[in-house]
This record gives sequence, structure tokens and C-alpha cells, in this order.
Amino acid sequence: MSKLVVIGDGMVGRRFLEAVTQRDPSWEVTVLCEEPRPAYDRVRLSAFFDGVSAEELSLASDLPGVEVRLGEAATEVDRAAKVVRSATGEYPYDKLVFATGSYAFVPPMEGKDLPGVFVYRTIEDLENIKAHAEGRRHGVVIGGGLLGLEAANALKLLGLETQIVEFAPWLMARQLDEAGGGILKQHIEKLGIGVDCSTGGTKIEAVDGRLRMDTNRDGVSYDTDLIIFAAGVRPRDQLARDCGIEVGERGGIITDLSCATSDPDVYAIGEVAAMEGMCYGLVAPGYAMAEVVADRLAGGEATFPGADMSTKLKLLGVDVAQFGAMEGPLSTTYLDPAHGTYAKLILSDDATTLLGGMLVGDAEPYPLLRASVGGKVPGKLADLLGGGEIEGALPDGAQVCSCNAVTKGEIMGAIHEGCHDVAELKTCTKAGTSCGSCIPMLKQLLAEGGVEVSKAVCEHFTQSRAELFDIVKVTGITTFSELITRYGTGSGCDLCKPAVASILASLSNGHILDGEQAALQDTNDHFLANMQRNGTYSVVPRIPGGEITPDKLIVIGEVAKEFDLYTKITGGQRIDMFGARVEDLPKIWRKLVDAGFESGHAYGKALRTVKSCVGTDWCRYGVQDSVKMAIDLELRYRGLRSPHKLKSAVSGCARECAEARGKDFGIIATEHGWNLYVGGNGGFTPRHADLLLSDVDSETLVRTIDRFLMFYISTADRLQRTSKWVESLEGGLDYLREVIVDDRLGICGELDALMAKHVENYADEWKGVIDDPEKLQRFVSFVNAPETPDPTIEFEEVRGQKFPAGTTERSQPVLLGTPVLRSSQGK
Amino acid sequence: MQPICEFDRLVPGRGVAALLADGSQVAVFRLFDDSLYAVSNEDPFMGANVISRGLVGDRGGEPVVVSPLLKQAFSLKTGVCLDDEAVALEVYAVEVVDGQIRVGAHSEAKAST
Ligand SMILES: Cc1cc2nc3c(=O)[nH]c(=O)nc-3n(C[C@H](O)[C@H](O)[C@H](O)COP(=O)(O)OP(=O)(O)OC[C@H]3O[C@@H](n4cnc5c(N)ncnc54)[C@H](O)[C@@H]3O)c2cc1C
Ligand code: HEM
Ligand code: SF4
Ligand code: FES
Repeated sequence: MSKLVVIGDGMVGRRFLEAVTQRDPSWEVTVLCEEPRPAYDRVRLSAFFDGVSAEELSLASDLPGVEVRLGEAATEVDRAAKVVRSATGEYPYDKLVFATGSYAFVPPMEGKDLPGVFVYRTIEDLENIKAHAEGRRHGVVIGGGLLGLEAANALKLLGLETQIVEFAPWLMARQLDEAGGGILKQHIEKLGIGVDCSTGGTKIEAVDGRLRMDTNRDGVSYDTDLIIFAAGVRPRDQLARDCGIEVGERGGIITDLSCATSDPDVYAIGEVAAMEGMCYGLVAPGYAMAEVVADRLAGGEATFPGADMSTKLKLLGVDVAQFGAMEGPLSTTYLDPAHGTYAKLILSDDATTLLGGMLVGDAEPYPLLRASVGGKVPGKLADLLGGGEIEGALPDGAQVCSCNAVTKGEIMGAIHEGCHDVAELKTCTKAGTSCGSCIPMLKQLLAEGGVEVSKAVCEHFTQSRAELFDIVKVTGITTFSELITRYGTGSGCDLCKPAVASILASLSNGHILDGEQAALQDTNDHFLANMQRNGTYSVVPRIPGGEITPDKLIVIGEVAKEFDLYTKITGGQRIDMFGARVEDLPKIWRKLVDAGFESGHAYGKALRTVKSCVGTDWCRYGVQDSVKMAIDLELRYRGLRSPHKLKSAVSGCARECAEARGKDFGIIATEHGWNLYVGGNGGFTPRHADLLLSDVDSETLVRTIDRFLMFYISTADRLQRTSKWVESLEGGLDYLREVIVDDRLGICGELDALMAKHVENYADEWKGVIDDPEKLQRFVSFVNAPETPDPTIEFEEVRGQKFPAGTTERSQPVLLGTPVLRSSQGK
Repeated sequence: MQPICEFDRLVPGRGVAALLADGSQVAVFRLFDDSLYAVSNEDPFMGANVISRGLVGDRGGEPVVVSPLLKQAFSLKTGVCLDDEAVALEVYAVEVVDGQIRVGAHSEAKAST
């Protein structure tokens, strides 16, 4: 077997491994990976600060015939003996591939090695930055390019006052012209980040436990706690230099279009390669190189097709995009300082062919424009520049995903072969799997390809749940029959009825068993308890924050004993009593209500519990009163009906004992206040919640949760948990923040009012029943024999408690009454 | 035909359960148009007597009740399960006389369809 050695398991190295094992599995492959973990998505590195974990960023998968040696750097290449050496081993090769990437460039400056000075390249870098930022105030980022802006965004997320220092006269000088850079600066400064251009750091020193950086501008120096160098990258070509492989004047391993170096048995790919003398600092050209070498090793003749250097980023809600050429024979610009948008298109001299351009502030036309580079201008210039409606059919050859070089033709092909959503397109074509900026375009193509993602609630309503919510809110309709007569067809079903019931309840329309609403409720809501497998119910009283007095514990014990109920502590820090007969429910509730309990809404699509750790009350680590906060939140949102169940938790410090990040909204105490995380989820596909706000006071926290919940309730689909809802928001977390923190849509007043109405109108649902003789009538097994309990319900005893009969060794259900099963009747 | 209860006891859009003389259980539903249906109360999939507590509505115009346990839909006219045609509920004759609901034996239902 031929031996292949790869140095570097980065983004490009990993893509190469996938490609080579797929095309020619006969290679025996060894990979030397200097980092402690296999390849991860460096492009999305900053997502780490949004709470995305290292595991989620991982690109690694088990590949046949590939041995990855983690934490082992290549230290020497002996081309005569054809071996690669590391500190601990020796690896012979027939073919060798360099995929060593780049290192962050740090200008030679006094003090650059002081503690508190960082670069921004690996997960370890980010972990160190995060640890150092803890409890500190101010940070400086050196460099105002793509990387610098990402780093500044990260510092801002960590709660630091942030200053960018850029040597060039404007931001993102490699992608934008002066006007574009100016508009961008305006946006960044509005977000509270300082920007100093035409400024270079000259010296860093440690002063009183902090850092001071002097600059080349007279009298300007910064006192700060943390400095990040984001001043560019340099190819990691030292190993190649040492073994005599040709490198470029400005660094990088020189290759031809087949990615071969000056040694024909050695290839270079990714950022370390100087393809015909040119280094590419983006992932897409690297992926193309990976494919070229994989093809060559399988006997093919592929060559590098050229690279698209287009970029788009959205940081702190600001869109910036650049595509194709930066300059050309003709250009046309549009500048709107009032709205902070700038657009420039570069055209051929007859103004028919699009050569390139840039967009700041609004990058909506980016996917279309980028895909049209080299072709016809895809619409009227005024529309393209000024954000008008654009309808343009892309040519099949147009590249839709530039990270992975996927054309429109390939995507349409995949759609016709049966890909129905973005996830499937990602698997089939790899489009959308790196930076994600092409995903809106993928959605559009799915629509063009005739794939309609129906949001209709069910066969009776063509509207989505969000649309029905709006209709109910605007028209003030309070009954299902009116809604279905005016806006739907038929008589409804088990999908639309509970959905509408929930909408009516969210908009605070009295007791859920009042009048016609009673007919809409799912069984659990109808009996205000959860039906179990044998037709009995479970009863869960609310225990806010999981805090309970001994007296109340005794009451629960007495009730369970009196009605012979099975008891269990739930995952939500409260106590569930199972096996209650329907006719006993009101009596059980009466006892509980008299002792000060109320419904815990365990049966509803509503707030379940707000768990808490013991916090400052008892725990020696606690920094805020997590129990009180949990109780306050649970009491505020109790009874709130929503598209799906809502769970929450509050932890008293970063140790996170309450597991708040697995919740729809989770709160973690900090030294300065609270961090709010949203969109977490246990269940089938667990998801950690994302950080929405940090270090806020209690009032801001509660106000933001109010808006988060009401915005979710107003716009989510039926049975869509907050995690899926947050993911489905175009513009993601940034957009959510703009809406509920910055009030971009101007709806916060209304959201606040809806929540105020909920809080004001809350009433215990159990009490509403036991005080109402008419509602009480329903709690019988038999309408014609109200005193008779259902004789078919039987229990058996296991571990000292009762269980539904037959479940422990699940057999035939016990049948006393006689209906017989028939196999076909009436057909 | 056995009397069950007054028609007005039933909430439009919901059901009640009744115990028949032979010990069998029947689920009676009043729909929004005040039509009445009666089927056996036992969920054939889980064995619990809970069909009366299911939601009613229609599937493509066919009136149905949906089991509250595992959510299978059953035709209220024929009893057949729309999600698994090998399974069905019993159908009972039902009528209103002098404001009283009366339910017949299921064999009578067969005769009347
Ligand atoms: C914060 C950030 C944001 C970015 N955003 C974008 C973006 O939006 N779009 C885009 O296209 N690009 C972006 N990039 C650039 C992109 O990440 C790189 O182009 C891409 O990672 C290059 O892949 P690579 O495999 O060549 O190098 P790398 O991913 O850097 O991998 C090289 C690997 O080789 C290892 N290595 C080096 N020397 C040795 C040795 N001697 N022995 C063993 N292992 C060794 C390194 O430790 C490293 O793990 C971004 C980069 C950063 C840091
Ligand atoms: C008919 C189905 C279900 C019923 C009746 C049910 C009922 C309950 C009840 C009563 C609790 C206690 C919550 C509380 O204390 O309020 C609970 C907790 C929980 N349930 Fe379910 N559940 C059901 C389905 C599910 C499913 C499908 C999942 C996972 C996908 C799930 C995941 C959980 C989790 C993780 C908890 C613990 C909550 C916490 O720790 O905060 N449940 N469930
Ligand atoms: S999260 Fe912190 S405060 Fe709460 S119990 Fe754990 S260690 Fe203590
Ligand atoms: S363009 Fe980056 S993933 Fe498609």
C-alpha cells in the first residue's frame, strides 16, 4: 500500500482527507495534527463566543484508512529518506501534503509577549481570551480588517469596552473603498466600539496590572486590559523552507496549478500554498486545492480553477459584502448616510457585464450579485443599488456557494433528485456548510424548484400559526367557530383546535374551560392534568423555583396517601402524583388549593418550571440570588400558553448547577448581574441555549425575557420549540437582539403590553374549576353513573407503590366491559 | 335503547362516557352542528377507556374522534381507524327523545347503516 502523509488537520487538510478517501481508498494515510483536537470550522470560530461549543464546531469524522495523530507537530521533513519526523515518531511517505495553514502575524513590537496580549486563530486562543476577559473592562484590537472586526465583536460579546486600532486610513481596506469604509465606521461606532484609523501601535508595557499601548500618533496611547493582534496572517512555510522546497518572496510554498511544489512528490494546499505565487486567505480556494490534489492522487488531471474572493460578514447586525473585482472600467455608487448604506457596482465599459462590487449596511442583493459576477447585470441598476425589488433569473453556471464551489445548476439538479430542504441540500451538495452566507439563496432556489414549505396548520386552515395569531389579535375573535367560519374550512381537528385554544389563551381570554373554549382543549388541558396510559391522570402542583416548606411537603404526602397516588420527583424540581381517577381530580385539587398550592401546568403547552440552584442563600460560590430570581420568573410566567412547552432555570454562578443552558430561557448569574441564554432544549435533539445578553440587571433581564417570550408566542409555528424558532429566524440571534433589545421593528411596546395583560389576568386554573359547579360536572367517569368509578382501571403494587396493572410485564390490557375488536367494518 | 342523560349536558364539540347495562362503555359526542355520534369508549390500541375524552373534528369532511393517548383518528360514522384500517371502534345507534339521549346496542347500529 502506498503511504500518504498530511501535515496539518485544519479546514483544508480535512476536506482533502474526505476527498482522497472517497476517490481512492487504497492510500494508507497518516495525519499530523499539531492542535489538541481534530479539524474544526475556523471560519465560524467566533461562534464560540455565542456559546457554540468546540464539539459543535468540529469537522472531524472517522475516515477509513486514516490515522490522525493529535497534538503531534511535524518537526522535520527528510526528502532524501522520504520521511516526516515529529518529536515522538517517524512517518515514511510516498506522497506528502502540506496543509499547515497560516499563523497570526504579530508585528515586531516591544511588549508583544506580555500576558494579556493575544492572537485570534485557534480555539485555545479564544479560550485564553475569554478567561482573561473575565472581570476586566477594556480591550484593544489591532487591525480593522475582516479578522479585526470579528475579534472586536467577540470582545463586545464578552462585555468589554472595545477599541479598534487600524493602520490603514479606513476599515476593511482590502475589501472596501474609502466611502464604504466610512459608512462601516459609522455603524461600528454607533454600536459603542471605538475606531481609530491611520493609527499604529508602537509599544506595549505593563502598568499597574493593566496594559498601556503607545501609538505613532502624538500623545495617543491606550490604557487597556487586553490586546488582540488581528493584523493579518502569514503562511506556515518554515518546515518547507528548512527542507529546501521553494517558497515565495512574501512567503508561502510555491505550487503550480496542480498544487505540486518544487518536489513532485510534495503538494501544498490551503493557506500555506502560494499558488503560482499567490496566497489565498479564504477557505474556498483551499477547498478547491484539496479537490485538485485528491484527484491527482487518484490518477486524474485536475487543475486549480481560480478563486472567488468574495466575502460577506454580518457583525453586530452590520452587513458588509464584497464580490468580484474591486476596480474596473466603470463604476456606479449609491450612498445613503442617513440609513447607513453604501453600494458600489463595478461594470464592463459597456455597462452590461457585472465585474464586482461592494455593499455596506444592506447586503440583501449579495447572493444574486455574487452569483452574477462575469455575467449580465441581473436587474436595473437603480434597484440593485437602492434596495428595490429585484427579480433576476440566475444562469445555471452561476456559483451559489462560493465556499464550496457549488453552482446553481448543481443545486437545481439536487432539488430535482429529491432534496427538499436546506439540510438535505447541505448533505447532497455541501453548499451552505461553511460560512452559511449562501443559505438564503438556497431557500430561494428551493422555492424556485417548486418545493413549497407549507406552514399551514392543518387541512382546515391554510394559514400558519403565526398568521392565525395575528388574525386573532387584530380581529379580536374569541371563538374557534367564528375563526374557522371566517378564515378556515370544515370543522377542525386535533391539530388546529389546540393551536387555536393556545392562541386564545395567550391573548388572555379567560379560563381555558370557559364556554366554547372547553371544546378545543386537548384532553390534558381539558382535565387540567396529564392523561396516563391507563386513562388516569397525574397531578403536578406548582413549586416555584423548586423551593418548598416542610408543611407543604407533608400536604403532598397526605394527599397522595389519601387518594392512593404514586409519587415521583420530576426532572423539573417538583413532585408528580400519578394514578388519579378523573372523578377524584377536583377533590385532590381542593385539598391542594386549600394548602396554598396551585396548578403547575404540567399538562399544557405553557411554562413548566423555572429550576434553580441554591445560589447565594447557601452555596459558597453563588454570586446572585438564583432561587429568588427563579421564583419571581416562575410566578411571572405561570400559566402562559405558548406554541410549545417552555422550560427555564436559573444558576447562581458560572458552575451552572441548574443546567440553565438546556432551557428555552436560561439565566446564569455573573459578578455584575445576569447572563440570559435563549433557545436551549433537551429532548430528542439537545441544544445549548445561546447567549443573548450579558451582565444585565434584574429589570433589564425580566423585560427582555418578556419580549422574547411574547415575540416567540406571536411568531412561532405550531409545536415549534424556541430552539427551532431561534434557528429559523432569518438573521438569527443578531436579528432577535435587534427586535427585542433595540426595538428595530417598533413592536416592543406591544410585546410589553401583551405580557402585562398576561400577568394581570393570571388566575389558577384548578381553583377556577373547583369553584364552578358547571365545570365540576365534567369530572366523572360516566355521565349516567356519576358515582361509579371506571371499573376497568386496575393497579398493582411494585416497590411499595401502585402502578397501572399489566405495565410491569406489559401484557394484554385488562378488559372488563366487552367491546370486541373487529378487523373490518363499514367499508 | 337505553337513556343516557339530557342532551343539554353535552358541550358542543366534546364527548361523555356512559356505562351500559351490560357493563360496556360508550362514548357519545355532540358536534358543533348538534349531530350526535356514539362509539365504544375503549381505545383499541392502549386498552384504556378514554375515547370519550378525545378531540373531535373532521378529516377531509369525515367526522372523526382522535384518541387522547396516541392520537389515532377514528371515523365517527363507521368506527374505522383512519390511520390503521384493520382496527375499528364499535358504532352504536343514538337518538334524542324528549331531550333525552338514548343509545342502542351496537348490533342495532349495524342494521341502521
Ligand atoms: C476568526 C477567523 C475567521 C475567518 N473567517 C473566514 C471567512 O468568513 N471566510 C473564509 O473563507 N475564511 C475565513 N477565515 C480563514 C479560514 O479559516 C482559512 O482560510 C482556513 O482555515 C484555511 O485552512 P487551512 O487548512 O489552510 O489552515 P488551518 O485551518 O489554519 O489549518 C492548518 C492546521 O495545520 C496545523 N499545523 C501547522 N503546522 C503544523 C505542523 N508542523 N505539524 C502539524 N500540524 C501543523 C495547524 O495547527 C492547523 O491546525 C477565517 C479565519 C479566522 C481565524
Ligand atoms: C405525553 C408525553 C409526556 C408527558 C405526559 C410528560 C410529562 C412530564 C412531566 C409531568 C414532567 C415534569 C415537569 C414538571 O415538573 O413540570 C416532565 C419533565 C420532563 N420531560 Fe416530559 N412528558 C412527556 C413527554 C416528554 C418528551 C417527549 C420529552 C423529551 C423529548 C420530555 C422531556 C422531559 C424533560 C427533559 C423533563 C425534565 C424537565 C426539567 O428538568 O426541567 N417529556 N415531563
Ligand atoms: S451554580 Fe454556582 S451558585 Fe448555584 S449551586 Fe452551583 S456552584 Fe452554587
Ligand atoms: S458561501 Fe459559504 S457556505 Fe456557501
